[in-house]
Amino acid sequence: MCFPAVAFFLIFSYMPMPGLYLAFIKYNYSDGIFGSAFAGLENFRFLVMTGDLWRLTFNTIAYNIAFILLGNMLQITVAVLLNEMRSKWFKKVSQTMMFLPYFVSAVLIGLIAYNILSYDYGILNSVLHSLGLDPVKAYSSPGAWPFIIVITYLWQSTGYGSIVYFAAIMGLDSEIVEASEIDGANAFQRIRYIVLPWLKPTFIILLLFSLGGILKGNFGLFFNLVGANNTALYASTDIIETYVFRSLMTNFNFSMGSAVSLYQSLFGFIVVLSANWLVKKVSPDNSLF
Amino acid sequence: MDETFVSAHKKTDASGLVVRWIGYLFIGFFALCCLLPFLLVLGTSFTSESAIKLSGFNFWPKEFSLFAYKIVFENPDLIIGSYIVTIVMTIVGTAVGLLLVAMTGYALQRPDFMYRNKISFFIYFTTLFSGGLVPFYLLITQYLHLKDNYLAVLLPGLLSPFLIIMMKSFVRSIPHAITESAKIDGAGDFRIFLRLILPMTTPALATIGLFIALGYWNEWYNSMLFLSPDMKYRTLQLFLYNVITSADFVRNSAASSNVQLRDVPLESMKMATAVVATGPVILFYPFVQRYFIKGITVGAVKG
Repeated sequence: MCFPAVAFFLIFSYMPMPGLYLAFIKYNYSDGIFGSAFAGLENFRFLVMTGDLWRLTFNTIAYNIAFILLGNMLQITVAVLLNEMRSKWFKKVSQTMMFLPYFVSAVLIGLIAYNILSYDYGILNSVLHSLGLDPVKAYSSPGAWPFIIVITYLWQSTGYGSIVYFAAIMGLDSEIVEASEIDGANAFQRIRYIVLPWLKPTFIILLLFSLGGILKGNFGLFFNLVGANNTALYASTDIIETYVFRSLMTNFNFSMGSAVSLYQSLFGFIVVLSANWLVKKVSPDNSLF
Repeated sequence: MDETFVSAHKKTDASGLVVRWIGYLFIGFFALCCLLPFLLVLGTSFTSESAIKLSGFNFWPKEFSLFAYKIVFENPDLIIGSYIVTIVMTIVGTAVGLLLVAMTGYALQRPDFMYRNKISFFIYFTTLFSGGLVPFYLLITQYLHLKDNYLAVLLPGLLSPFLIIMMKSFVRSIPHAITESAKIDGAGDFRIFLRLILPMTTPALATIGLFIALGYWNEWYNSMLFLSPDMKYRTLQLFLYNVITSADFVRNSAASSNVQLRDVPLESMKMATAVVATGPVILFYPFVQRYFIKGITVGAVKG
């Protein structure tokens, strides 16, 4: 019964792997993969020399760290606060509203950002104008984009992500909570000393999973927010995946794209292995494999 | 004694009240932030182009107008075509994908299946290491010859390691004794799977099916890579992407209606198309949301 799945992964995941050979050649469309000249590490040398590799690595990792840390913090906050609420109606309605952004396509998210940030028509500039402030040119100021992208990520993922933590809180034994109340713990102390420590294992597991993807970007988010060819913003918005996409679709530089992909896969692989090794040392029950 | 107990309890109540109010304010604010952008798109789609040019996008149409929708539907050929492609893709992809995920998940947790660990790793490994976009693109276009073929969008979305792992942990809660006793009664593996296992995993199937369906409905990435503009009908989100990013695309598709090119309401048409392309998902989602929550919850508890 596994056969279709094995065939599927063999074709769509394993067959492209030898294609990474592209990273070591100077690909020429007419000669094909095996006719093109072997270039050794020339592609990688070029990436290091131009500084592209450093910029891509820095952006990708910095964004992911912000996503992971702020994302989990906000998800935990929302889950804890939801748990404190009494009104069932409010809980249901607010959860439905927070879940909404998860359901729509990345394309629509890009349009929503445009709705807010567009220089001529965006609602942000309307508001700034009515307050007597100067309008902002979001689509040509690289400095603003780390905030825009992180906020959009949080906006989109918090409702969905908080469910896991909420479910974990539900598993907390109510007797412990009651006992703490009899001992005189107030709500803040209860959250600080019982609920948060209870969520630690869940947090570690999710952290591990996300560490594995620390060199993988959220392509849909970046591509649809920033646009395909907005060179003005590359310094702060170009991540590994947008670079690879461009090298395939705009520059037709297949070898360079593959070189970056190979770097991404190897680096990511090492990060997962070391993270797993670390967790195995600290708390063996939580390691992935 | 009694007095201290009462005062301690009162203190708890006060702090509980504070936390609760923080919660109502914080969650209320955040939930509004999640909802309002959608209302902004909706409101703008009903605003006349001249009002947008004058005062920008707004929640409430300053000058109510159905013109953008009229143009979108005046020439319904393209959008209906995209709808059909997306609907067929979603139905076929979900049905086939779900069956494959269920089969794989069931087989991989059967204790009497010898290679289960090896195959599990074979599948899990693909999340650790991959060939990347360029070789994948070359595989689809030059070796499988699927450029401008709907299969290029349909096939890669069928399975994912994440969903298989999720299914595996669901099926694990069904005692293996059921499989064994059915085997003794003479049922074959497929019969056991179809007649016994599938009916018992309905909640899992619902959740995973929703994940796959949502993926196909919102699919734009593979469509953009593999379905070129030579194809008349492409997926709905790609259609929306083209309307958003290409003024030429909008002018061309509006050309056959009786509108002067300079009168084409570029901005409000983007919003109207977004509403049309997103509509069904938004309408369905309050009903399917609880399945999602259930599914994620069970997955989370089991780890």
